[in-house]
Amino acid sequence: MKAQRPPELMSSPAIRIQDLSFGYGEGDFELRIGKLEVGRASSAAFIGPSGSGKTTLLHLIAGITLPQSGKIETNGVELTGLSENARRAFRIKNIGLVFQEFELLEYLTVLDNVLLPYRINAALELTEAVRERAANVAVEVGIGDKLSRYPSQLSQGERQRVAVCRAVVTEPAVLMADEPTGNLDPRNKGRVLDILFDYVETSGTTLLTVTHDHDLLDRFERIVDFKELLS
Amino acid sequence: MKQTLYLAWRYLAFHRLKTFILLTSITLILYLPVGLRVLVNQSSQQLTRRADATPLVVGSKGSPLELVLNTLYFRSDFPEPMRYSEAQKVRDSGLARIVPMYVRYHSRGHPIVGTSVDYFDRRELAVQTGRLFTFVGECVLGARVAEALGVHVGDAVISSPENLFDLAGEYPLKMTIVGILAQADSPDDDAIFVDIKTTWIIEGIGHGHQDVADGEAAGAVLSRDGNRVVANASIVKYNEITEDNLDEFHFHGDLSDYPITAVVAFPPDQKSSALLQGRYENADERAQIARPSEVMAELLDTILTIESFVLAGAVIVGIATLASASLVFMLSLRLRRREMETLFKIGGSRANVGALMASEMVFVLVTGIVLAAGLTFLTSQFGAALVRALIRM
Repeated sequence: MKAQRPPELMSSPAIRIQDLSFGYGEGDFELRIGKLEVGRASSAAFIGPSGSGKTTLLHLIAGITLPQSGKIETNGVELTGLSENARRAFRIKNIGLVFQEFELLEYLTVLDNVLLPYRINAALELTEAVRERAANVAVEVGIGDKLSRYPSQLSQGERQRVAVCRAVVTEPAVLMADEPTGNLDPRNKGRVLDILFDYVETSGTTLLTVTHDHDLLDRFERIVDFKELLS
Repeated sequence: MKQTLYLAWRYLAFHRLKTFILLTSITLILYLPVGLRVLVNQSSQQLTRRADATPLVVGSKGSPLELVLNTLYFRSDFPEPMRYSEAQKVRDSGLARIVPMYVRYHSRGHPIVGTSVDYFDRRELAVQTGRLFTFVGECVLGARVAEALGVHVGDAVISSPENLFDLAGEYPLKMTIVGILAQADSPDDDAIFVDIKTTWIIEGIGHGHQDVADGEAAGAVLSRDGNRVVANASIVKYNEITEDNLDEFHFHGDLSDYPITAVVAFPPDQKSSALLQGRYENADERAQIARPSEVMAELLDTILTIESFVLAGAVIVGIATLASASLVFMLSLRLRRREMETLFKIGGSRANVGALMASEMVFVLVTGIVLAAGLTFLTSQFGAALVRALIRM
């Protein structure tokens, strides 16, 4: 699961946020962050109460949404000045997303789910090498023998491993996981985290994880507590 | 686009029951009005072609439709018979050439058509094997009858008794097959043709039996009064006409009183046709004259009226089905909102995601259109055979 990063990027942080302000059109939620940096090839856990904006921050860092003001630089690219299409192109090449509810497509096999980014993005070419890589990643996370199965035929832990494979198959620079262990039993929690950290360690990817599970925090290099960040 | 189509295909294949129901609904909704139109057109052609080739039909007063269906298609109930003298009357008028018809009896479900050899000329029927009938007791089979019964020239068919309890007459008559017609794609393919006298023998008004002058039969004679001989029931009646007993067959009474169901008249020109029709306008006339083309046109008008109702119904059902299908699709979109969000988050453009959803619908629609077109093509190819089968039923 190794990926090569351009050397010139390695000097800057993977995530750099400055004077960020974001609010939804309706409601009184507001996310304000003066400064936040996360180093490359590191792991950070975002913790904090529900509704404090952890998932929103992941979306902002991924370029899914834009802030009202401030700057967000992800993997050396300033996102706030980009169009939606440009941000999408950036996301395809740089971001891997893992969701709490796995968000697998029930009508696709494990292999097709893993290859989904290549099937939904014209910018990514689905080659034989990509198929081979997807199969290898699946083998590495222990679901290599289930490539032709459907999500409904898998356990919760296996589904989350499929979701992890889908997130890393494009070899992203930043891997974001939103409550990746929220729906898993203790044994699967450990297994999924092992997979994520193994990937970070071998690929030099930056891992940003939203979690409520304080038992897992000691595995992260950095803890970003939203209670402190927003105060 | 290839990948989008692949995803759409996977979605449809995974939800195969839903896809099947949608596809079937769309296919049927598209096919029904068009297919019905094609079928009605072919029915019209089938019915009118034969009617147009039959200028006039004379028969007993009653339903002209029943008369025409019996005479042209050998269908409908046995119409009230009329006397053979009616045929002679038309012939003697010099206004038309005639073909007498007596369509009453059957053999294993196939109509026995009593007529004259002129019928084959008029209908342009060709003999595939054998020859036309020459003597009473011989028959010529339509192509499909021969195929259905698995019989050949030299074999025989037996008339079916119309009434099992009529011990006095209508004995089954064994008829020798002397010819088989080439396929004509008309009701003639399903008929057994005999000389009209043969049908009278089936009816029992012509018959053959032992010669009462013969030594063996002499004991059966009860009385003699000139030419009138009364014999008891021990006399042997023939149920097959052969060269040996042909001379024993005879008809009692005046042939002009014998029954026929219709006379097909072929006037040489419009004037003769008009004159002939005029002769049957008299209210006291016991026979009627019908123009098959007009009778069938009336029938088709009725069919077309029914068809327009069916079409209107199909269109309403079609609109309802398409509305339901749209609703199903829109509800499906709502249910798949999370899926769409996921696709967007992992880099799919809104256009891509929209194209995926649209592809599924277009795929079902296009497949439905192709299937409906295929069914319509099959209907246009085999509809004529289907119509003929329906007419035969």
